[in-house]
Amino acid sequence: MARAEPPPAEEPKAAAEEASELAAMAATTGVTSPELLVDSLGEYLRAWWTRIRAGESGALPVLGGLVLIVVIFQVQQSAFLSAKNLVNLFILAALFVLFGLSEIFALLLSEIDLSIGYVAGVGAFIIAELIAPPNNWPWLPAVILGLLATAFLGLLQGLLITRFRLPSFVVTLGGYLFFQGLIIYLADIDSGAVGGVVRVPSTSVVFDLVNDNMSPLVGWIALVVVVALFAAVSLSRAARRRSQGLSAPPISIVVLTVAASAVAGVVLVVVCNVNRGVLVPLNGVPWVIPFVLLVVLAASFMLNRTRLGRYIYAIGANPEAARRAGINVAMVRTLTFVICAFTAGLAGLVYESWLGSVSVGISGGTYILFAVAAAVIGGTSLYGGRGKAYHALLGGLVIGAVDNGLGLLGVTAAGQDMATALVLIAAVTVDSVLRRRGTQTV
Amino acid sequence: MRRPWARDGGGHPDTATQAGVPSAPVDGAPLLSLRGLSKGFGPVQALTRVDLDLPAGQITALAGDNGAGKSVTIKTISGLWEPDGGQMVWEGHPVVLRSPKEAEGLGITTIYQDLALCDNLDIVQNMFLGHERSRRGVLDEASMELTARRTLEELHVTTVRSIRQPVASLSGGQRQSVAVAKAVMSHAKLVIMDEPTAALGVTQTRMVLDLIKRLSSQGVAVLVVSHNLNDVFAMADRIAILHLGRSVASGPITDFDPQVVVDYMTTGSSTRAGSGHHDGEG
Ligand SMILES: Nc1ncnc2c1ncn2[C@@H]1O[C@H](COP(=O)(O)OP(=O)(O)OP(=O)(O)O)[C@@H](O)[C@H]1O
Ligand SMILES: [Mg+2]
Repeated sequence: MARAEPPPAEEPKAAAEEASELAAMAATTGVTSPELLVDSLGEYLRAWWTRIRAGESGALPVLGGLVLIVVIFQVQQSAFLSAKNLVNLFILAALFVLFGLSEIFALLLSEIDLSIGYVAGVGAFIIAELIAPPNNWPWLPAVILGLLATAFLGLLQGLLITRFRLPSFVVTLGGYLFFQGLIIYLADIDSGAVGGVVRVPSTSVVFDLVNDNMSPLVGWIALVVVVALFAAVSLSRAARRRSQGLSAPPISIVVLTVAASAVAGVVLVVVCNVNRGVLVPLNGVPWVIPFVLLVVLAASFMLNRTRLGRYIYAIGANPEAARRAGINVAMVRTLTFVICAFTAGLAGLVYESWLGSVSVGISGGTYILFAVAAAVIGGTSLYGGRGKAYHALLGGLVIGAVDNGLGLLGVTAAGQDMATALVLIAAVTVDSVLRRRGTQTV
Repeated sequence: MRRPWARDGGGHPDTATQAGVPSAPVDGAPLLSLRGLSKGFGPVQALTRVDLDLPAGQITALAGDNGAGKSVTIKTISGLWEPDGGQMVWEGHPVVLRSPKEAEGLGITTIYQDLALCDNLDIVQNMFLGHERSRRGVLDEASMELTARRTLEELHVTTVRSIRQPVASLSGGQRQSVAVAKAVMSHAKLVIMDEPTAALGVTQTRMVLDLIKRLSSQGVAVLVVSHNLNDVFAMADRIAILHLGRSVASGPITDFDPQVVVDYMTTGSSTRAGSGHHDGEG
């Protein structure tokens, strides 16, 4: 991202220098390697097909599945695609996206974190108790403290896992139970908690995150700005890489990507801007949606463009190679559990904003199941080293759609749980089969 | 710190000077010499007074039957094990290597048979793993890709379709090439390779042998462990033979023929031996 920003005045010179240097080098060594550059759309599609066969299935199968789910529910219940229900679905999905993202960090390392449901609960309790009476803290320090607390829980678990070489599923299973107890304890010591429930004051920013909306105009302006920035950044980056003789996606692919995200954005804003109020008008994009998109963007940047992200992928695929390359494997793994728990804290924030309260009865266990399901359905592998931040978006939408749709059809909680479990098992099966085929073709 | 993966500006100063004879040794003195190296594991005496010379710009093959001590020798050189006795002389100075880091610090890179590549990362990412370049905390992909490509082209590795493809999709020989290129980029002075052609077919073997030759022609000292005498005679400048943990013969490969080498490997001596390449007692 940042690389695209320097003013064009100074960049072309360096680019031209590097390009001519490259040309000179090719001339002296007598080696030109056009095949190193992906030039055409056809070539790009071929590379894409190879990746799919190697087990990186990409977004298309999930998007196909999503369309199928939407069609099925819409046929069963015409209210499914109403603006009101879609906004509810998006908010539900936002929660699952954050849980899924949190789990993706652990899965990339070939680990699992079973505690995130209750880590989120602990964070939500701390934040709610601080901003609610009798404490009445301002929202910002309360949120910071709550998130720091969740990060600390991740640090504790990460240290246990890396220092004592304990399996992550056992440590975080311990965390699952311990944090569930901790939540009850937090409710007990709080005089403001009635019957194990802490209310989030409806005047607070925490409450507004889900329950307040951008005005329709602001929504449109934000969309135009974001799409324009995205287009400018990705087009100029592709052009610059091409001029330096580096491999870059063909312009047609970049344009397609920008166009697709613009369409998705327009649909989102149009749907959210429809009046969905019953008595008083209610419209606009809920703030939680740009919030979650920003979190996914930040995670994506960290994973793709920083050393830490690169090391997470390396360790997930081959810890021994990472160790020999001089990477501090234990530290990276510990940090990853911290990030995982911190992201769960963000999920806790959205959770309490959505419900307007947080209770000791939080179903942390179900959320863990949903988190793993969202991650795997989105395309992240259970076997480490394969996954992207945006997988959480895809998986979160699918799980959100299933959960919302079943609820709309009046399916009981028991039926919803079983349906979600089946979707999870199906996704894991696909992951396993693809992975096996991937390693066989190598 | 040494200069590995240093951001090289315009030219490629290191390989340029390496093409001549590298800085240190005077008139053909070896880059690394082992003198009387011994190593035991409890009752097992794995190495007994082993001598070995590794000159810069030459490929030395380390031959010997199973259990002769080849792996122990290269693990000692790469700093994994400290010897019980004897000396290692690097560029004319005695050195003691207590860890792989120290060996790496001198410029010794070991390519083990499993290659230590990450399947999910692409070629560039693997070549720079642990030594990524960044600007203000953001990975500098452009600079890394340019250097990686230049290194591969210098080694005439041109069979890969894209250096942005994950190494999972590469053939055995291509993976070996990536591992070698990684060593070259670290500006290693001595590259040790354990059975580099063991899992490869005919063409791929050919490709890797050429690559190793090109590596040594850049002034790097190369030590190759190989069971395959065809490969040894096809690439090596020198050979050293171990038998039951002792060095039994060494010298220019031209002083040997396959039959003699087999004799040395299996019995520790050869009646067919011509001019004096015997080490020690013989
Ligand atoms: N870690 C160890 N502990 C005990 N003994 C060992 C150890 N490593 C090697 N040895 C012994 O040292 C001797 C030399 O082994 P080494 O692995 O160096 O043989 P090699 O020449 O590499 O054989 P191969 O061709 O089978 O790889 C053998 O007798 C072996 O059993
Ligand atoms: Mg061996």
